[in-house]
Amino acid sequence: MDKAIKKYFPLFALPTLAAFTIGFIIPFIMGIYLSFCKFTTITDAKIIGFSNYTKIFGDETFVHALWYTVLFTIVSVLLINFFAFVIAMLLTKGIRGTNVFRTIFFMPNLIGGIVLGYIWQLIFNGILAHWDITLMYHEKYGFWGLVILMCWQQVGYMMIIYIAGIQNIPGDLIEAAKIDGATSWQVLTKVTLPMVMPSITVCTFLTLTNGFKLYDQNMALTAGEPAKMSQLLALNIYDTFYGRNGWEGVGQAKAVVFFIIVAVIAVTQNYLTRSKEVQQ
Amino acid sequence: MSSVRKAKHGWILTLIFSILSVVYVLPIVIVTMNSFKLKAYINRYPFQLGPFKLSDGWDRFVDGIQKAFVGLENYVEGVRKIDFFRAFGYSLFITICSVAVIIICTSMCAWYITRVQNKFTKGIYYLCLFSMIVPFQMVMFTLSKLANMLHLGNPVGIILVYLGFGAGLAVFMFCGFVKSIPLEIEEAAMIDGCNPIQTYFQVVFPILKPTAITVAILQAMWIWNDYLLPSLVLDRKRYTTIPIAIQYLKGGYGSIDWGAMMAMLVLAIIPIIIFYAACQKHIIEGVVAGAVKG
Repeated sequence: MDKAIKKYFPLFALPTLAAFTIGFIIPFIMGIYLSFCKFTTITDAKIIGFSNYTKIFGDETFVHALWYTVLFTIVSVLLINFFAFVIAMLLTKGIRGTNVFRTIFFMPNLIGGIVLGYIWQLIFNGILAHWDITLMYHEKYGFWGLVILMCWQQVGYMMIIYIAGIQNIPGDLIEAAKIDGATSWQVLTKVTLPMVMPSITVCTFLTLTNGFKLYDQNMALTAGEPAKMSQLLALNIYDTFYGRNGWEGVGQAKAVVFFIIVAVIAVTQNYLTRSKEVQQ
Repeated sequence: MSSVRKAKHGWILTLIFSILSVVYVLPIVIVTMNSFKLKAYINRYPFQLGPFKLSDGWDRFVDGIQKAFVGLENYVEGVRKIDFFRAFGYSLFITICSVAVIIICTSMCAWYITRVQNKFTKGIYYLCLFSMIVPFQMVMFTLSKLANMLHLGNPVGIILVYLGFGAGLAVFMFCGFVKSIPLEIEEAAMIDGCNPIQTYFQVVFPILKPTAITVAILQAMWIWNDYLLPSLVLDRKRYTTIPIAIQYLKGGYGSIDWGAMMAMLVLAIIPIIIFYAACQKHIIEGVVAGAVKG
């Protein structure tokens, strides 16, 4: 059977493979190459070694964006997963209106980042107007604004995944624990949490990478104001590419560093939470 | 006793969640309300119907609302300013075509690389897996330049870019499902005289349908809302999508026409709510299935 299919390579695999080469493989390899070059377009690239990379860490906006992103990601991962899990627990108790609540909480997820950013810009500026300031007044407003925005958008998504995980726990397992005299806190920490570990793995992975790669919401909400202080990494990289002449190489080097950070986080996180999963 | 307590508990929870739900949709309600207001009052009094509160006296309150209400003026201006319906058309075209192409091409590719096992197909599989953790910024510049060189900066060309950049996740998810299909079904079809094309489209693809719906929903959510990729790849003078058009409303020096902005945000949200209402069940199931496999 293998052989019969094999001849059909051009029809089955080639279209995807060709697009994948153009859309990913070539840009990725060229991206790595260009991070060692000085260039304004692809054709005038000249290799200059590591100097793009050394410039990165002398760039204060990048170092600031890095810490800002790390802090933002930690806070948003913790808050989103906490709220999502609590809501999922309460919405699996079979209360009246469960389906309606689920539908409403999930809805913001479908709205795009740009639209979300402008919706919340109006609301935050309306609230902050009481103190005669705007979101752009200080980086901390942009920070918490973005955290609230991301919670509003993502709690529903993660809630859906947690609900599926909780509903997968066999009912007799919890019953057995209760008969053995476990308190509800013990049931939660010793039975429910270990059993939903796969959901926790997925949700932390998604929130972690979403937080780290966030761009649209950041740009629409504050656009990095004031003075680039509320820039997350993705926006900082874009700004280096298209906002500063002659810094294209540094922008590409930043992108490579960004990629390595995201990859390391994704792999480590996956490894750490997967090792805590239990077999059913 | 315990059932009584449970019911009481449930009633309180329902109440709390009802309040929370109202708070949850409030941002959208506020935007909708503001989209009918005079520009000058949007930014200054975003949470009020007009410039006066009820405590300022009923007559002034009503008078203020009448002064602030402008009907569809913001909508007319916004639609004219960014040519909203053209952007909507391009968004719709790009999303539907890209998703269709992604589903057909990547499922075929996934079936091929699962059934033909050698070093080359294994390599493709791992490359797809790898591409899923690469952030867009990594290929942003080179991809947009390459797309320019290959003249992909139009609504048809961008489909190829989406197929390429979205292939990783789609191939990965289809592979997971193809592995669980018993080989005997396909062998039986082949013995009955089907060639691989017939086998695929008449036997395998129907079985793949649930995964295809999941992939379609995840990709559609991504492509419809995507801003950065189309803004870099498309020839912006001629083609815009909804997110790009909305970003246009922010003029130079960060000034925003809030009247048009409110109206366009509402217009951007309406199709999403219609889509959500129509296939809510598929969307939620798709998200769960995608999360379990991803």
